[in-house]
Amino acid sequence: MGSNMAEAHPVGFQWVMEAKARGARVIHIDPRFTRTSALADQHVTLRAGTDIAFLGGVIHHILSHDLDFREYVRAYTNASFLLSEDFRDTEDLDGLFSGYDPHTASYDSSSWAYESVQQEEGRPGDREKEHSAPFKHGASGPAVAGGAGEIACDPDLEHPRCVFQVLKRHFSRYTPEMVERICGVPQEAFLEVCRAWTANSGRERTTALVYSVGWTQHSVGAQYIRAGAIVQLLLGNIGRPGGGIYALRGHASIQGSTDIPTLYNLLPGYLPMPDVTHDGLAAYLESVAPRHEKGFWGHADAYTVSLLKEYWGEAATAENDYCFDHMPRINGDHGTYRTVMDMVEGDKVFGYFVLGQNPAVGSAHGRLQRLGMANLDWVVVRDLTMIESATFWKDAPEIETGEIVTERCRTEVFFFPAASHVEKSGTFTQTQRMLQWRDQAVEPPGDARSELWFFYHLGRKLKERLAGSTDERDRPLLDLAWDYRVEGDEPDAADVLRRINGVDLTTGRAVDGYTELKADGSTACGCWIYSGVYADEVNQARRRKPRFEQGPYDAEWGWTWPLNRRVLYNRASADPEGRPWSERKALVWWDEDKGEWTGHDIPDFEKDKPPSYRPPEGASGPEGLRGDDAFIMMSDGKAWLFAPSGLLDGPLPTHYEPHESPARNLLYGQQGSPVRKVYGRADNPSNPSPPEAHGEVFPYVFTASRLTEHHTAGGMSRQLPYLSELQPELTVEVSPELAAERGLVHLDWAHVITSRSAVDARVLVTDRMAPLRVDGRTVHQVWMPYHWGHTGLVSGDVVNDLIGVVADPNVLIQESKVLTCDVRPGRRPRGPALLEYVREYRERAGITPRTGTRIATAGDDPGPPHMEPGPPEESP
Amino acid sequence: MTNEHSLHGPLEDPAADAGHVGHPPRVGFFTDTSVCIGCKACEVACKTWNDVPEDGLDLLGMSYDNTGMLGASSWRHVAFVEQERPLGRQDPGLAALPTGPSVTGVQQDVVAEGMRHAERGGAQLGTGPVDVGFPSFELPGASTGAEGRTDFRWLMSSDVCKHCTHAGCLDVCPTGALFRTEFSTVVVQQDICNGCGYCVSGCPYGVIDRRPDDGRAWKCTLCYDRLRGGLEPACAKACPTDSIQFGPLDELRERADRRLEQLHGAGVAEARLYGRDPEDGVGGDGAFFLLLDEPEVYGLPPDPVVPTRDLPRMWKYAGVAASALLAAAAAVFVGGGKR
Amino acid sequence: MGVKRWLDAWPVYRQLTGTDPLGRGKAAQSARSAALTPRTDTADRVADSVCPFCAVGCAQRVYVKDEKVVQIEGNPDSPISRGRLCPKGSASKQLVTGPQREHKVRYRPPYATEWQDLDLDTAVDMVVDRVLDARRKGWQDTDESGRKLRRTMGIASLGGATLDNEENYLIKKLFTALGALQVENQARI
Repeated sequence: MGSNMAEAHPVGFQWVMEAKARGARVIHIDPRFTRTSALADQHVTLRAGTDIAFLGGVIHHILSHDLDFREYVRAYTNASFLLSEDFRDTEDLDGLFSGYDPHTASYDSSSWAYESVQQEEGRPGDREKEHSAPFKHGASGPAVAGGAGEIACDPDLEHPRCVFQVLKRHFSRYTPEMVERICGVPQEAFLEVCRAWTANSGRERTTALVYSVGWTQHSVGAQYIRAGAIVQLLLGNIGRPGGGIYALRGHASIQGSTDIPTLYNLLPGYLPMPDVTHDGLAAYLESVAPRHEKGFWGHADAYTVSLLKEYWGEAATAENDYCFDHMPRINGDHGTYRTVMDMVEGDKVFGYFVLGQNPAVGSAHGRLQRLGMANLDWVVVRDLTMIESATFWKDAPEIETGEIVTERCRTEVFFFPAASHVEKSGTFTQTQRMLQWRDQAVEPPGDARSELWFFYHLGRKLKERLAGSTDERDRPLLDLAWDYRVEGDEPDAADVLRRINGVDLTTGRAVDGYTELKADGSTACGCWIYSGVYADEVNQARRRKPRFEQGPYDAEWGWTWPLNRRVLYNRASADPEGRPWSERKALVWWDEDKGEWTGHDIPDFEKDKPPSYRPPEGASGPEGLRGDDAFIMMSDGKAWLFAPSGLLDGPLPTHYEPHESPARNLLYGQQGSPVRKVYGRADNPSNPSPPEAHGEVFPYVFTASRLTEHHTAGGMSRQLPYLSELQPELTVEVSPELAAERGLVHLDWAHVITSRSAVDARVLVTDRMAPLRVDGRTVHQVWMPYHWGHTGLVSGDVVNDLIGVVADPNVLIQESKVLTCDVRPGRRPRGPALLEYVREYRERAGITPRTGTRIATAGDDPGPPHMEPGPPEESP
Repeated sequence: MTNEHSLHGPLEDPAADAGHVGHPPRVGFFTDTSVCIGCKACEVACKTWNDVPEDGLDLLGMSYDNTGMLGASSWRHVAFVEQERPLGRQDPGLAALPTGPSVTGVQQDVVAEGMRHAERGGAQLGTGPVDVGFPSFELPGASTGAEGRTDFRWLMSSDVCKHCTHAGCLDVCPTGALFRTEFSTVVVQQDICNGCGYCVSGCPYGVIDRRPDDGRAWKCTLCYDRLRGGLEPACAKACPTDSIQFGPLDELRERADRRLEQLHGAGVAEARLYGRDPEDGVGGDGAFFLLLDEPEVYGLPPDPVVPTRDLPRMWKYAGVAASALLAAAAAVFVGGGKR
Repeated sequence: MGVKRWLDAWPVYRQLTGTDPLGRGKAAQSARSAALTPRTDTADRVADSVCPFCAVGCAQRVYVKDEKVVQIEGNPDSPISRGRLCPKGSASKQLVTGPQREHKVRYRPPYATEWQDLDLDTAVDMVVDRVLDARRKGWQDTDESGRKLRRTMGIASLGGATLDNEENYLIKKLFTALGALQVENQARI
């Protein structure tokens, strides 16, 4: 679901085809019939943006027919834990959970806690919402204070306040009828999926779930994945061979760029970026790893101090908190969209580095991106080719509309040619967390250089420039450990990787894993979860032992974090006593004779901790984990069906309509996510959704995604003849029914309109697009690929110009997979007439900057519209 | 002196028939279209290895096919066929949706118009493309009418030179540019081809074609250079789902027979092999296919026949060609001597 | 060239005297064809690499001859990809050797209508100046209630997801030391 694997990950799809050849049933659930559907046993067309309703229906089906894997659920999830008496569900509050504040559009999550866990104070979520705080839990469960203690539970799962019963009630109205009315999926097709999923799960069989950005790019994206996780946990499909949830990431090292983040709210290894409340290392550590919780997150002090030692080397001492105060503090939303809006407003952001990325085409609301860049002092673009983000000052679409005038655009632009993947060494982390090293093949041509070269020398020159400065501001830079090995003038990536792995400063040796890291300043480690990649002083990511010469888990090809474990939480592949659930599905197990865990994969558990282990009173951290606490990163050792903390938009996934939707929420008074992040401002208008009026002006559901033949914003594909000829033009796919309704002709021009812009495309009328019946109404969906821009061998309008900025509060990822639109035959107006055309549409739909910002629609107090501070309303 | 079946009918060992002594086994492709995901890796891998130029940036609107047909600069071509038919027991998810009539017929009309204008190198010399049709979207009469679509399937298939047992292109080539290799494949030698274009009309599949810029004829070589180095052809190596399988033809035929049986058992009654039969009009193909519909649907001729089946007439033709070869060869050597 | 070899090289002669009476096989094989080998055989070296497009992480072999990339194809040893590549991966050679690559630093001064040339070192020095200037202009010591911020809002960065881990590490580390925190990448997009 939410993945077009055959098209976006063709080589990965070979394993799906192989499974199919061996008898696996393949089901593809997606708004349109794609090349993935063509090879599936069953395709289910569903309305974009309604996956939680569908998955909620599956959960309801499982629970109402007692189809869950009860022993697994009881042992490894928090199903039996009792919740606080203060908790109120969406069933009680018309789509809201307890603790909602319509004025800040955020939750105080203190009532979502376990009954036996004391909450000292309220936990207002408005601050976390700005920090995208839940994103910081990428490598661990969020905190549950006292998670290591005894948690009140009902092993029979019958107590009305136990998680299992709460879950049952929460999804009680997600019936097949409701799924049909909301998603447009006929009941029989839905039930067929339920039957296949449950019949192929349990002791002897497992089912795998695959998703991609079709799930993440939503205002409730994190909850989509939670919903999938709940299904997989109820059916016992996590930590077991053939099971799991596959997040197929879209780019060579997008996994790596969150593990070792270039993200504002994260430090390497998912340690949070310090914020203003952290007035010292102790306060920071207190918030990162509160005491008396279970799991390996309990050693966060060692991970943090080791990072500080790697950053500031000799200068970092126990006396100065290991230079903790050298770090800048966050105090709000500093995400990429916020930053771009600041650029547009002016006088806040002055310079912008764009590194192998093409926001003028690839980011939502392309127009905002380009206007932002045209309002800076300078931009540095580093890329293989001349991309739209480097040439906006002379050929952006806004030149044609008169919004950017070259001679009046002050932005100074530096274009640095970049080294390609074969012209430098280094690691990518692929979608299964595997680091693979690339050897350099040739030298980069001309002025082309790696980012490693550029940033190493930029840092070196900055340090030289500031040498001798007594300004306290410059201290962090002057103290910075920047002594990487250099060959010629190229920094040695292997040395950087070794420091990321971590070094024992007393011996100078690379550490073998994160369990060796210390909080006393005697180890330095750039990213604790990558610790072990240089174990034994060997670049483990460079291993290339042929698959023909090793076992099915290929442990000697590359290196997978953590500690080369291929299947996370694989302790759950064995029963509480440590025996495989079945011989067919054996992965790791307890060897009583040897007194250790063993198996096909590296056990994701302390090797010598027996299943019967029970922690002593007061134990916490890893020591607090029982021998059957399979989920070792969670603060209570259990997988969470119900999330007592860590999410800003509720402890359970709930169906909310997308920010822009043609339909009213049939389940609750609350229409959309009550805590979604809206940016109400004149240059970021929204199309109206019920209960707002005039949704009929934008009657169709719009979704966008990739084609096999191109790559993202096109910088690596639209420039290549061999790829461009395969998909030479931007197209819009519509059903024959919609074509008839709007007079669209195959291969003729049409244009798609939203309140942001209108874009041209050639029409593909195809049976692969089919209308849906949603609550008795016919709903049409429209699809476009988003690879085109105005440079390259093949060019076209920027599809991202159609999309506004609305985000999931947990992670601040924009909702770009579903919006509403209109489609009309013929080409769009050009030049200033385009602005006028879109303005007329807004006027017809009664759109103001307030549209879509009054996000609470349940309860008596709808609260204020959530507007951006700044100039008052006016249409752009 | 020639084998009875040198020019038509079954031929056990085409390489030996062409004078290769102690040659390797005959190799070829088995393209199992039932697992093709239409990614076009074959097209790109082929072009990358063989330095085949880009072949036009035209949107054809033929589903996701913007290559159109095999040609001098497209040695692999992935056809996309949208049909209102079921695929085995696949559930396309249309049941109970509010759908109307299929659009495949309308698409076909639009696409047919565009395809008529597609350029082929041979046409300049009066050796226009063999009219084998183009991938259709629907079998005639298959439409269920206006009451609504209930079925749909999307077929993909990577087409390539068939490396026929009896190759029309080779038989009519007057210069010896086309030859049968020790692997029993059929290859154009670019150092010899003079661009006469006879081969273009000699091919019963419409595969071989001339490049407009240099006039010479080009087609798949089954990566002759790679074969000589013990490597598999670039397309087969890249193919993500192993839809394109390379190997000794005997093994491929066995594998194809097993696969066919398996699919029939799985309810895909429409699966059939194409080019597998040594008794067909070209003596069987070195590159053969498992199809899920009639060949015409994929743009393949239903009953290809090598033009040389009528031996006596063609032998005269070959005599003419041989004279031409003598003259051409002499010209080459004279020219070479002057330099 | 002696008469015998000259004759041997003549297809018609070979056809009349050899095992290929119809002249469609052995006899027609040109000298070039007879000497053909795959260009990967003559590569000076082969580098192990990984495809830079999607996140499957297909293993590539990069063949280099005379310091030029002559072929990129899949590595069959990989348990992830088994030597296969999609169309994008198969176009990798064009990606790294094609004429679309920019080889020179380009500079557009404020209000200019065209690109100018700029020396690489000079360009980096100019960026150093501008980083320090933007850092200063956007500097914030404390928030309104006096809590420490020690940061600059003057500099932002957006990275793609084809950056190496080692590169991302240095980027984050350097920006953090500069006090710049609006450091983002494609993972949020």
